[in-house]
Amino acid sequence: MRQIQAEEITRAVKELCIEANYRLGEDVLAAIRRARRDEESAPARAVLAELEENAAIAAQGVFPLCQDTGFAVLFLELGQEVSVVGGGLEEALQEGVRAGYREGYLRKSICDPFTRKNTGDNTPAVVHVEIVPGDRLKIRMAPKGGGSENMSRVTMLTPAEGWEGVKRFVVQRVREAGPNPCPPIVVGVGVGGTFEKAALLAKKALLRPLGSRHADPDVAAREEELYREIQATGIGAAGYGGRFTTLGVHLEVFPCHIASLPVAVNINCHAARHKEVTL
Amino acid sequence: MTDKAPIRLSTPLKKEEVLALQAGDRVLLTGVVYTARDVAHRRLVELLDRGLGLPMEIEGQVIYFAGPSPARPGQVTGSIGPTTSYRMDPYSPRLLEKGLRGMIGKGSRSRQVREALQRFGAVYLGATGGAGALLARAVESAEVIAFEDLGPEAIRRLRVRDFPAVVINDAHGRDLYEEGQARYRVEQAS
Repeated sequence: MRQIQAEEITRAVKELCIEANYRLGEDVLAAIRRARRDEESAPARAVLAELEENAAIAAQGVFPLCQDTGFAVLFLELGQEVSVVGGGLEEALQEGVRAGYREGYLRKSICDPFTRKNTGDNTPAVVHVEIVPGDRLKIRMAPKGGGSENMSRVTMLTPAEGWEGVKRFVVQRVREAGPNPCPPIVVGVGVGGTFEKAALLAKKALLRPLGSRHADPDVAAREEELYREIQATGIGAAGYGGRFTTLGVHLEVFPCHIASLPVAVNINCHAARHKEVTL
Repeated sequence: MTDKAPIRLSTPLKKEEVLALQAGDRVLLTGVVYTARDVAHRRLVELLDRGLGLPMEIEGQVIYFAGPSPARPGQVTGSIGPTTSYRMDPYSPRLLEKGLRGMIGKGSRSRQVREALQRFGAVYLGATGGAGALLARAVESAEVIAFEDLGPEAIRRLRVRDFPAVVINDAHGRDLYEEGQARYRVEQAS
């Protein structure tokens, strides 16, 4: 067994929280620049220019990209030959989030669902763990803003509704969300599995490098189709109208029950924040 | 959005200034604006329901739907972009009735809010969502004036200079989102 110290995990998570909230990924920046180059709507182009400037200011390390520094969502790929020593894995992760949000001057946005009392340190983080072969630990951090998360949906279609039903649901969701989730948005779609699996697939789809196409050519073609239909909504940057409503559509697929066709749409704002590290 | 130069406005806003605004106009706002979002709105309306006064002057004022990230030492604020406005829809008409003249946020408002803007002569402005670092530069001071227990949701009195915003819903029933999007919508065969 390879040993990893709990405090090394805490330190890594802390740094991921700060890094993700101050440094917009190159994949996202490139997508915003492309959209700005090709956008024909002047108001939308002006918004895209502001987003580039905003990213440059944030990169200086004083002001995070957005005041909504998100729910801390952590995806772990834990090698089965890894043993965490010097403390529990779960607490090491939560402590990393606590330290990252404190030391990074990030907003504490987590509260009790009924009393609305703030937990004060942005914990608990949502943690997803996958056990994989090997002796490494990969941690991916994706702070998720509330405005775009609120626009996300899961539905259980019937098999008869098929791909057309999936498209209708996804595009309708984007249309109804309109200007709310800070377009140009990134759209994560999960199809198949169970109720919760579809949602998880949609969220994981958002972690893929923006602009990447699915490895399966059939799925990639469906991504293209969704991309075209979403751009046709005309919502545009900030909802002011334009050709770029989305910066990218990522679709993840999983087998489902013969009775079901679960579909989840997880919408991300233009600040599609995600950072990763492997220990 | 119009190509004309941004309109400079100072708060508190006069009704006739607001009536002159059209959807799509760009504005630069200077003066005091108050931040308030979800729970703060609920509390403001609860105060009105109980016949009590509000913690700030409301006549002619502007509320910014925002909850900033913490200020670093030496800074007056952290990042401070708009939050999504529809969550404040159940409360806004009550505040408009009391003389609130403007709101800054992002995203669509309900029919009731848009009607209240027309009835009372008020405006809904959009600031660029996700540009909180950029917008922080327009903030000269920030001070918590109510509901400190709410942390990022507390009401802050901001002093802003040339805060950039766009008229989404004017006092005459127009909506920039509807007009702008209609121009770029492509009807699908399916």
